[in-house]
Amino acid sequence: MQTRDLLRFTAVSALSHRLRSALTALGIGIGVTAVVLLTSIGEGLHEFMIAEFTQFGTNIVAINPGVQETFGASAAVLNTERPLSIDDAEALRRVPQVLGTIPAVQGNASVEGNGRERRVIISGVGPDMPEIFRFKVALGEFLPDDDPRAPRAFAVLGSKVRDELYGDLNPLGERIRIGGDRYRVIGVMESKGTILGMDLDDAVYIPAARGLEIFNRESLMEIDVLYAEGASVEEVKEGIRRVLLARHGGEDFTITTQQQMLDVLGSVLNVVTFAVGALGSISLLVGGVGIFTIMTIAVRERTFEIGLLRALGALRGQVRAIFIGESILLAGIGGLTGLLLGLLVVESLKLLFPAMPASYSVPYAIAAESLALVIGLIAGVWPAQRAARMDPVDALRAE
Amino acid sequence: MIRLEDVCRYFDVGDEVVHALDHVTVEIPDGEYVSIMGPSGSGKSTLLNILGLLDTPSSGSYSLDGVNTSTMDDAELAHVRQQKIGFVFQSFHLVPRLSALENVELPMVLAGDQPTARQERGMAALNRVGLGHRDDHRPSQLSGGERQRVAIARAIVMQPTLLLADEPTGNLDSASGKEVVKIMEDLNQQGLTLLVVTHDPAIGERARRQLKFRDGRLAEDSARVA
Ligand SMILES: Nc1ncnc2c1ncn2[C@@H]1O[C@H](COP(=O)(O)OP(=O)(O)OP(=O)(O)O)[C@@H](O)[C@H]1O
Ligand SMILES: [Mg+2]
Repeated sequence: MQTRDLLRFTAVSALSHRLRSALTALGIGIGVTAVVLLTSIGEGLHEFMIAEFTQFGTNIVAINPGVQETFGASAAVLNTERPLSIDDAEALRRVPQVLGTIPAVQGNASVEGNGRERRVIISGVGPDMPEIFRFKVALGEFLPDDDPRAPRAFAVLGSKVRDELYGDLNPLGERIRIGGDRYRVIGVMESKGTILGMDLDDAVYIPAARGLEIFNRESLMEIDVLYAEGASVEEVKEGIRRVLLARHGGEDFTITTQQQMLDVLGSVLNVVTFAVGALGSISLLVGGVGIFTIMTIAVRERTFEIGLLRALGALRGQVRAIFIGESILLAGIGGLTGLLLGLLVVESLKLLFPAMPASYSVPYAIAAESLALVIGLIAGVWPAQRAARMDPVDALRAE
Repeated sequence: MIRLEDVCRYFDVGDEVVHALDHVTVEIPDGEYVSIMGPSGSGKSTLLNILGLLDTPSSGSYSLDGVNTSTMDDAELAHVRQQKIGFVFQSFHLVPRLSALENVELPMVLAGDQPTARQERGMAALNRVGLGHRDDHRPSQLSGGERQRVAIARAIVMQPTLLLADEPTGNLDSASGKEVVKIMEDLNQQGLTLLVVTHDPAIGERARRQLKFRDGRLAEDSARVA
């Protein structure tokens, strides 16, 4: 029997029960739609997070106190022996290929200015921050290159803080109070939006040394290092390690490259996407049960036909192929319908909720369709095997 | 050439053993026209199933064209059915989803023949039973007689040497029954060996040779009496 004849025969058989076949295929279709939809949202989330992280640029290395396995394990910050200092940040500027460093400390405090008060994020940083984080100044200037140990009391406002405190007034040169100290506003940042729930516009940027005073801390929370485009990350990391080892006398810090962060983030999100894809596959399994049921019924209905095929010289294998083919066909058509339906739903979601991250994931779509075909195969094996094993005389006698 | 020697076919039904065929020995030369008659349950269909290689004897031997069929495996039996044997059933057994021509082409489809060859030979077979103009009709759009003629076209499209018909007129009125018998006799005239199981004496008597079965035994053979 030629393949295209097998296909035609199975297609004609499936089409002879239009509604029944359509409903059966739909069972698989809904499963594929679920996989496509869920993984698209997972993939969209993935892309959204990566974009969030890379908006600061990619040639960044972060140094945190304490020895950590992965980034974000901030509990390790507590038992550091020799904490990161502003002097460390200064020393790291001299590492080859390093373009700049930011000593960073952060906390919440209230700001008073223009007779108003607001609780904001206070970010103690260095003069290199706009360059390193690709964060532009809209008005005035950023913090000057003062002596990092004794910087002047200047502050740069996030765009939202400026709007809330000064509205349309020009804040440049105005005095504000942060935690009891007076600062002069010398600049306003452009709007940057939020990253991972932190509103960068609802923040005030002051020199790191003053941040340490406000929060009564001895040491920095982090040092961010920008290195030259095209430089080897490993060499930069090694240079940083050598300098810090010499200054601290031991490895009591953790160096995390942007790439490592992205890798960890990526693998977490891949697990999430895979997990939701697996959830969607459960509905595919339900669709498989539907196909199994219909194929079992089809074998019973067409018993005489099985006997006839054998009488006309069909091998057992041909009978098996005919029924498995029909089962795979149902699953395949259902899967394709599901792909289209999934595409449609994802596209309309994007139209309806532009903010929702959703991105059609081609590899998952292919995986879902292949899984549908495999489920069609598995669902068809038992009924087809039953058909192939039938005694032709018994089959012919069935009415 | 068909040769049955001491063929028995037993069925276990509960505690009992039914002797559907009981020591049947018979020889049927090529081109013969044989009718098989006998009361219900006398083993006629069982005999035809064995001759058609759909069933195998419990004991005894069956050789077709000099080859002992008990040595053949599943695939060889299927191949012989495909190439040498045509079946006609009482209830036609047409595939309802396929057109008349597609039903006739079915054995060739299973054999893996090319579409052009299939169409040509399929149409030739349909013309031979006088239904060339009904090629695209579904079985449900044909009369009983026409359905049986399509089934005959299907049985001969592979140009077999043996045509086995189990009560081919059982579901037909006498006019269409006669037409069907006439077509099969024409085919026999052209050399096809024809075996017809029938309850209708008028049809049975038309055969050159008549076999009568009783309780699984070959009770009468017109060739032996003569
Ligand atoms: N698969 C089977 N299992 C058990 N008994 C069977 C089976 N097939 C046939 N028989 C028995 O064998 C005997 C012969 O059956 P067969 O069908 O050959 O009769 P028949 O001559 O064709 O009868 P009819 O004229 O009614 O078609 C019957 O008694 C029947 O009950
Ligand atoms: Mg019978």
